[in-house]
Amino acid sequence: MMILGVCALGVLFVAPNFLSIKQAESLPSWLPHKQLSLGLDLQGGSHLLLEVKVDSVLKESLEALIDTMRTTLRKARIRYSNLGIDGLAANVTIKDIADEEQALQLLKSLDSSLSVDFLGSGNIRLEMTEKTIRDRRTAAIEQSIEIVRRRIDETGVREPTIQRQGQVRILVQLPGIDDPERVKRLLGKTAKLSFHLVDERQEPSVAGRVPPGSILLPSNDEVGSDGRPRMYMLKKRVMISGDTLADSQATFQDNQPVVSFRFDTIGGKRFGKATTENVGKLFAIVLDNKVISAPVIREPILGGSGVISGRFSVQAAQDLSLLLRAGALPAPLTILEERSVGPGLGADSIAAGKTASMVGMAMVIAFMIVTYGRFGLMADVALIANIILIGAALSLLQATLTLPGIAGIVLTIGMAVDANVLVFERIREEMRAGRTPISSIDAGYSRAITTIIDANVTTLIAAVLLYQFGSGPVRGFAVTLAIGIVTSLFTAIMLTRLMVATWLKKTRPDSLPI
Amino acid sequence: MRGLRLLPGDINLSFIPRRKIFFVISILLMVSSISLYMKNGLNYGIDFKGGILIEIKTIDGPANVKTMRSNLSGLGIGEIGLQEFGAPNEILIRIQSQEGGEKAQQLAIGQVKKALGNGIEYRRTEFVGPKISDELFWNGIYAVSAAIVAILIYVWFRFEWQFGIGAVLALVHDVISTIGMFALLGLEFNLSTVAAILTIAGYSINDTVVVFDRVRENLRRYKTLPFSELLNKSVNETLSRTVITSVTTLLALTALFVLGGEVISDFSFAMIWGVLIGTYSSICLAVPVLLYMKIERRSSSGNNEGEEAVAE
Repeated sequence: MMILGVCALGVLFVAPNFLSIKQAESLPSWLPHKQLSLGLDLQGGSHLLLEVKVDSVLKESLEALIDTMRTTLRKARIRYSNLGIDGLAANVTIKDIADEEQALQLLKSLDSSLSVDFLGSGNIRLEMTEKTIRDRRTAAIEQSIEIVRRRIDETGVREPTIQRQGQVRILVQLPGIDDPERVKRLLGKTAKLSFHLVDERQEPSVAGRVPPGSILLPSNDEVGSDGRPRMYMLKKRVMISGDTLADSQATFQDNQPVVSFRFDTIGGKRFGKATTENVGKLFAIVLDNKVISAPVIREPILGGSGVISGRFSVQAAQDLSLLLRAGALPAPLTILEERSVGPGLGADSIAAGKTASMVGMAMVIAFMIVTYGRFGLMADVALIANIILIGAALSLLQATLTLPGIAGIVLTIGMAVDANVLVFERIREEMRAGRTPISSIDAGYSRAITTIIDANVTTLIAAVLLYQFGSGPVRGFAVTLAIGIVTSLFTAIMLTRLMVATWLKKTRPDSLPI
Repeated sequence: MRGLRLLPGDINLSFIPRRKIFFVISILLMVSSISLYMKNGLNYGIDFKGGILIEIKTIDGPANVKTMRSNLSGLGIGEIGLQEFGAPNEILIRIQSQEGGEKAQQLAIGQVKKALGNGIEYRRTEFVGPKISDELFWNGIYAVSAAIVAILIYVWFRFEWQFGIGAVLALVHDVISTIGMFALLGLEFNLSTVAAILTIAGYSINDTVVVFDRVRENLRRYKTLPFSELLNKSVNETLSRTVITSVTTLLALTALFVLGGEVISDFSFAMIWGVLIGTYSSICLAVPVLLYMKIERRSSSGNNEGEEAVAE
């Protein structure tokens, strides 16, 4: 009874796969309605593995630390030298021994997450603790995942998967996207926006002479007379940064695509104040260390909103506004791996997989009937039940079916009958040894079973390791192979035994047609 | 209806007496596999080598590979391989890993797409960076080694250690000769090949275990039969099963190889080879090796299993 029950459940769980998505969704809730989830290689889509350059976050915070150290020491009129970064630490040498104690105290009070060491002869070292490094990294990854999610959601991709993988990696899966160019372009930018005043005291073309407190940045699209990007000299101090933006939209101004932006309340006030104080001066809009535009502040901008115009194409304006809405990445991302499959190839693979399974199955079924007659037929029923159970297990576990996964199923078709072959061969042997049909069958099943288990455990070991070490589609192969082994044990032993026993009861044969 | 016998029930072929021939064949196979590997190396796919792979389909009519090649070679992105893939309008493009980090790879993909122009369906675009290809390579090595060790432990645990040695010897034999086959034919060696090798390992050991099981059973049954005869008897008794299971598996795999599409045809090929070599190694290698190991045979007084002392 139980055996037939399991098979019936199998039919129930596999059934939704033969319906369209709409039909499956409209099934009453007490019926199973989960369908097989197809891998990206079958349904088409894009798989991207990204790495977060977390060390750049650490480096940035060290650079900020150096700046703070400089101003702190200057304020206290402590003379120092050799201020710089060394690995994940900042070093400084205090010139006057009399100042050492004061300097040490000042630096210790800077940041509680740093360990401050006095190395003797004026040398002080501020090091990030292990915990700080770990926390910063985790924070950077988590924030990156959030920003990646927001950016991808903005592009309108349906049901993306975005998850952390290992220490510093993010796995992005985009079903239905076979050309992820736009997504890649969007993820390739950190999108750090800031507004700076232009340093108008000095001509930027004088290379190599950057006064302290200023920075030299290239233009995004303007080209100077030498054919290289035009350079801007900017005040280093950020007038206002992009993290206070509340919204951004691509729109048109004088028939030109532009990007409008609106600050939140705090940002708006700060922007208003800064523009009021600097009317008539140039201010630069900087994105990822490139100057997008540097307009003149004609009048105080008090509404907290403005427009960036920078000779954008429509697409570029849309991308920029999307990036500004979604926020900046804490660290740059690199694409370590990309696998994209178009819908055409996916559909072809499904079709080929279907044909191969059907033909393979037909051949195995025919072969079993030829070899074992009526018993072969019973093994074939078990084989079909096995395939149904694999489908049901895959739907129930929501395991992903990939192309190698289909290969795993086809392989299972060939190997699943092995348990029956072992039993049937044993029965033949027992018959030859002169046993009665019933005793031969009993002995056949009971003796073959240890062999069957030993033989299948070894294949299961291979499948588990494959799952452990494999990635992506190969994992799909391991999953179907493992499921196939377990279900085939059930169908080949229990189900055929039930059939054989029923047949025996009915006919009470004198000899076995095996 | 009585089933057809592929092999007669009382078949008795001499496997064990001919073991030296099999050993010579296997040693030759090993030596040639290893030297082929040394000489030709393996044709690593991008999974292990890094690089870019693009599969395209031209929309109107067959692809003009010549024009494509000249268009692409002008890009200066290194060696480019073009290969017809299953149909005259389907082309597989391989581009080597680019100098200059991950960004350069993305740039190269863009350049290629631009150079190919319109009228092209992109069926597959894969890019594997050097970091990942390294990891995948080592993961593959770990997986295969771990599988061999795990199987050794299992067989040791279920049988005696001597059986474990025999099984693993056959396993290593199968893995090496599969690698040799890939080196000989220059087939692409990638992640699915590793999957195939692991499955071959599973299949081969499956076959071996079935024969070993019978050896163990016969050791209990026939206390006085000479060991070599006992081994030969065990192989013959299970031969019908070995052949039939190999045939059903090969039937399914052949369907996959012929009809399963270009993407997995190498995988199916590896599996077909693996089933053949796995069957051979179980019978002709794993079992005869037992002869050279001291397997303890319990004296006729003890009948610890109790279920059957003497049949026949």
